[in-house]
Amino acid sequence: MNHRNDFAEGIRNGIPIALGYFFVSFAFGITGSGFGLRWWETVLISMLNLTSAGQFAGVKVIAAMGGYTELALTQLVINLRYSLMGISLSQNTDESFGTAGRAALGFGITDEIYAVAVNRETPVTKLYFLGLMTLPYIGWSGGTLAGAIFGNVVPAMLSEAMGLALYGMFIAIVVPKAKESRSTLLIVLLSIAISCAIYYIPVLSKHISVGFAVILCAILASIAGAILFPIADEGEEAKS
Amino acid sequence: MTPHFIPYLLTMSVVTYLVRAVPFVAFRKKVNNRFFRSFLYYIPYTVLAAMTFPAILYATSSCIPAIAGTAVALVLAYRGRGLVTVSLSACGTALVVEFLRTLIL
Repeated sequence: MNHRNDFAEGIRNGIPIALGYFFVSFAFGITGSGFGLRWWETVLISMLNLTSAGQFAGVKVIAAMGGYTELALTQLVINLRYSLMGISLSQNTDESFGTAGRAALGFGITDEIYAVAVNRETPVTKLYFLGLMTLPYIGWSGGTLAGAIFGNVVPAMLSEAMGLALYGMFIAIVVPKAKESRSTLLIVLLSIAISCAIYYIPVLSKHISVGFAVILCAILASIAGAILFPIADEGEEAKS
Repeated sequence: MTPHFIPYLLTMSVVTYLVRAVPFVAFRKKVNNRFFRSFLYYIPYTVLAAMTFPAILYATSSCIPAIAGTAVALVLAYRGRGLVTVSLSACGTALVVEFLRTLIL
């Protein structure tokens, strides 16, 4: 096996992810500044976390001076999907992935990087995965830097509109899955219903912070999903 | 500097890293518990959905551009367009609608 080719193939496959990340993290950079973080603080968050949804929720908790437990739990639940992805990716890695390689490269598991890696026809090698995560990492950090610095000179109308970028990406991930699986659609709608209830019912919105709201919705809806529509087999959900 | 920024940053980063790396290092065979597997299967979608709604409707200072952007994103995502296309179109729609709104009002 030619290792240099593996790395190059990873780099090539990472280009579209990196472009998308640059754009979305530009919006994250603006968001960070909007919440009063210094530019380098926002960039450090991106460089050490590499996760859109978690960072977005995390910045809100930090700006609200939330507790460390709340922050930790928010990250745990929002990013719990990476645990599943790590387990799933494990089934498609070759023996070049030792414990040290897994510990180091596990940092690069994101929704998009995972999706590309797990769909590779031949088993994922260490060098392929390293190549795959390189450009998206640069794109994510660089986009955040650009957004945090230039976000202030971007017209308010434009930066407001860019606030939809992260949500747009979430919609692009959820909708195709909900379209293909009715049980996923129902569970997603349940999660949204709980989220709206917490948001609009004053008693709830007063006592439940933003971070915990996401945790509650995700855990309650996913438990309902696991009870009502347990998945049939690895990667394939029960038809309803 | 934001108060307590470094402890906040470390809390976030360490938890996020462990959530990713520990299962990737530890689990090298299939998870057999059906309930746990199903729960994990739904997590990504319930998290993202709860983060998006209803917050997306209030992403712009008036509701109308946000609702227009959301509608466009939903339609494009339903038609299977990629992350960048859906995301850019949502922003572009909100921008155009907001611009038109300020012209009219």
